[in-house]
Amino acid sequence: MTAHSRPPHLAVALDTPGAPGPFDAAPYVRLARLAERGTLDFVTLGDTFTRPGPDALAVLARVAPHTARVGLVPTVTTTHTEPFHVATAVQTLDWVSRGRAGWQADVSRTPAEAALFGRRPAAPAGALWREAADVADVAGRLWDSWEDDAEIRDAATGRFIDRDKLHHVDFRGTSSTGEPFSVRGPSIVPRPPQGRPVIVVDATEDAARETAAARADVALVRAEDPDTAHAARTELRARAQELGRDPDHLRVLVSLPVELPAAGDAAGLADLLTDWHAAEAADGFHLRPADPERDLGRLVDGTVPALRRRGLLRRAYPGTTLRDHLGLARPAGRYAAVRTGEAS
Amino acid sequence: MTTSRTPARKRLHLAAHFPGVNNTTVWTDSESRSQIEFDSFEHLARTAERGRFDFFFLAEGLRLREHKGRIHDLDVVGRPESLTVLNALAAVTDRLGLAATVNATFNEPYELARRLATLDHLSAGRAAWNVVTSSDAFTGENFRRGGYLDHADRYTRAAEFVATARELWDSWSEDGTPRPFAHRGQHFDIRGEFTVPRSPQGHPVVIQAGDSPAGRDFAASAADVIFTRHGTLEAGRAFSADVKGRLAAHGRSHNSLKIMPGVTFVLGDTAAEAQEKAHHIRRRQVSPQNALLAAEQIWGTDLSHLDPDGPLPAFDPDPGARLTQGRTRLGDPQEIADRWRALSRAKGLSLRETVIEATGRQSFIGTPETVAAEMDAFVTQDAADGFILVPHLTPGGLDDFVDTVVPLLQERGAFRTEYEGNTLRSHLGLPEPARGRGVEGSTS
Ligand SMILES: Cc1cc2nc3c(=O)[nH]c(=O)nc-3n(C[C@H](O)[C@H](O)[C@H](O)COP(=O)(O)O)c2cc1C
Repeated sequence: MTAHSRPPHLAVALDTPGAPGPFDAAPYVRLARLAERGTLDFVTLGDTFTRPGPDALAVLARVAPHTARVGLVPTVTTTHTEPFHVATAVQTLDWVSRGRAGWQADVSRTPAEAALFGRRPAAPAGALWREAADVADVAGRLWDSWEDDAEIRDAATGRFIDRDKLHHVDFRGTSSTGEPFSVRGPSIVPRPPQGRPVIVVDATEDAARETAAARADVALVRAEDPDTAHAARTELRARAQELGRDPDHLRVLVSLPVELPAAGDAAGLADLLTDWHAAEAADGFHLRPADPERDLGRLVDGTVPALRRRGLLRRAYPGTTLRDHLGLARPAGRYAAVRTGEAS
Repeated sequence: MTTSRTPARKRLHLAAHFPGVNNTTVWTDSESRSQIEFDSFEHLARTAERGRFDFFFLAEGLRLREHKGRIHDLDVVGRPESLTVLNALAAVTDRLGLAATVNATFNEPYELARRLATLDHLSAGRAAWNVVTSSDAFTGENFRRGGYLDHADRYTRAAEFVATARELWDSWSEDGTPRPFAHRGQHFDIRGEFTVPRSPQGHPVVIQAGDSPAGRDFAASAADVIFTRHGTLEAGRAFSADVKGRLAAHGRSHNSLKIMPGVTFVLGDTAAEAQEKAHHIRRRQVSPQNALLAAEQIWGTDLSHLDPDGPLPAFDPDPGARLTQGRTRLGDPQEIADRWRALSRAKGLSLRETVIEATGRQSFIGTPETVAAEMDAFVTQDAADGFILVPHLTPGGLDDFVDTVVPLLQERGAFRTEYEGNTLRSHLGLPEPARGRGVEGSTS
């Protein structure tokens, strides 16, 4: 499928580059509501253990009840965290947002981050991203580990769940420092509204490409021009296909820094996005405002209406979940499929 | 506005436990709703805040219970991750404290201190952490670090964990800039800069749940609140005297630690009606299947051939066998079996009836008037400082209590009529902790 046979997806970063994020909830709530007014697919909030600012997943959980449609995609790193905790926290974000959770999986590269945990040294990018792929893999398995209809509340037999519809995942992976690890499962959390929250990976860096092709629902690429973005998209889709995935189940968004000091710039941005879209650069855009407090308003009041006039942006959300916005189907649980297969 | 009262009047604290993975919850009731959808959490939290409760409480379990090698299927199973739910609840409440149970064994201080400080910031000072220490290898199978701690080491790690978290919470200077920290101890050797400024409460409130001497010492040294199971007046008084007696050794005052047992309640228009309701609830909590399961846990062997309405097993428990994993052990099996048999003989009870009698933990049964009076007496007689209420219905199980008992407690001057402050510490009457040194250097 060509990139421009569909209107582009649009997402925005809430981060304040270069400054610590606010520590109270109000600014995040205001920005996310603004993004929702612009019918953007999702907002992202970055995180590292060394960035001054609050925990990103917590912030977007705090935002969830104040919004109804916009997707919520925090960064949660995979290097020093426990895969089980990461999986259940993201899964819970999907429950509290009623199906709007995503997860930008990222790695912790630095010795400074390693020293905050004191458990394992920093590792090379390749090993970090292989581990990230394992963490995303086991998270997906944990999300599937309860079949959708596992809770039966059968008063006659006294059974709250059908235990045959819960599955040990018995995952075995390798840490970035080379030790094997295993996760038994199942999750402690029932399968969430989207089945699996949306996984986002920044595939700009070479080392992250394989992980993005294998595990991401949305891949972000940073590119200076439409041709570079188009080439990255083509490569990611080809890799996904090699890995046995349907490349149409992967959305590739160009992540663009934007600065909108004046209203005219907001309209100019609409022209730029239109041109990139026409050049089939990507499936959409992830915009990173230089100053979200200033730029997001201009984006929503200037760029968004201009794109809508051109038929490049919808006027209302097509559904209620982030998967709905992205045109991604709710995945069937893998264990359910296995069980049915066995039975037939 | 506050009602006039004598200054010496001891007032109680109240918290709401979201009923979850236990056999208290009567999920077969027609009023029972989702245990997992946000609406349920929102309903219970809003009810607790309407009742001017101190805090809302979530328990934690990091692996599903298994019995006879299979996932336990008779009670509620499945719950969301606590801190994420509480951050969302901070959006729909204004004053209610928000307490998460989080294990000190399967987490790291830097990450958890950051998540807790974030909740405190995003809720404007309402965060609490219930520090639990379960560390069995069974749970460890869900973690890459595994189940690596000896039983005896649980509390040394927990104590060092809390101390390290406090160093991190204190590490920003008064003028709002981060200062480097370094902690080197038996369990942690970490250094760097914390990314979150000191939070609105200084430190989130620390709750402890655990009952061994080591657990009590840990609580006396580090906790603001103890969550206990000592639900009777005598047991409560003894526990309270013991734990508060340990405070002085840590340089702490009698009032700096609040004791809050987890309790259930059943309300009726008359005493008889309440008893009738309580009996009905107990029978639904202990289904025939649940009665057999309870006996299997004690006897350590498969009893599925037994009739729950018949007698107890004629043979003795297998002392070595452990059929159930992921659940706290209740005590010595032989001793429990002897006690159950004596009970069964004395009252002519079937297996199921014996389990109903022996495992009942219904604390307050009566009319709103008698329940209010009993709770008040409990607190004025120093058996507790308040209660963590565990309703048997989700999410409406607290509605009656808030509508009927709370006003009576307020009339007696035993409970606040309005929040007097904004933070959980202010509800609990706990001072903001002094800033630690928060400086670079070894702290072991
Ligand atoms: C009232 C109470 C509530 C508890 N709640 C939890 C819980 O939610 N999750 C958990 O993992 N452990 C929980 N525990 C277990 C304790 O953290 C601890 O592992 C257990 O009590 C054994 O410690 P001890 O030997 O000091 O009693 C609870 C214990 C008590 C007494």
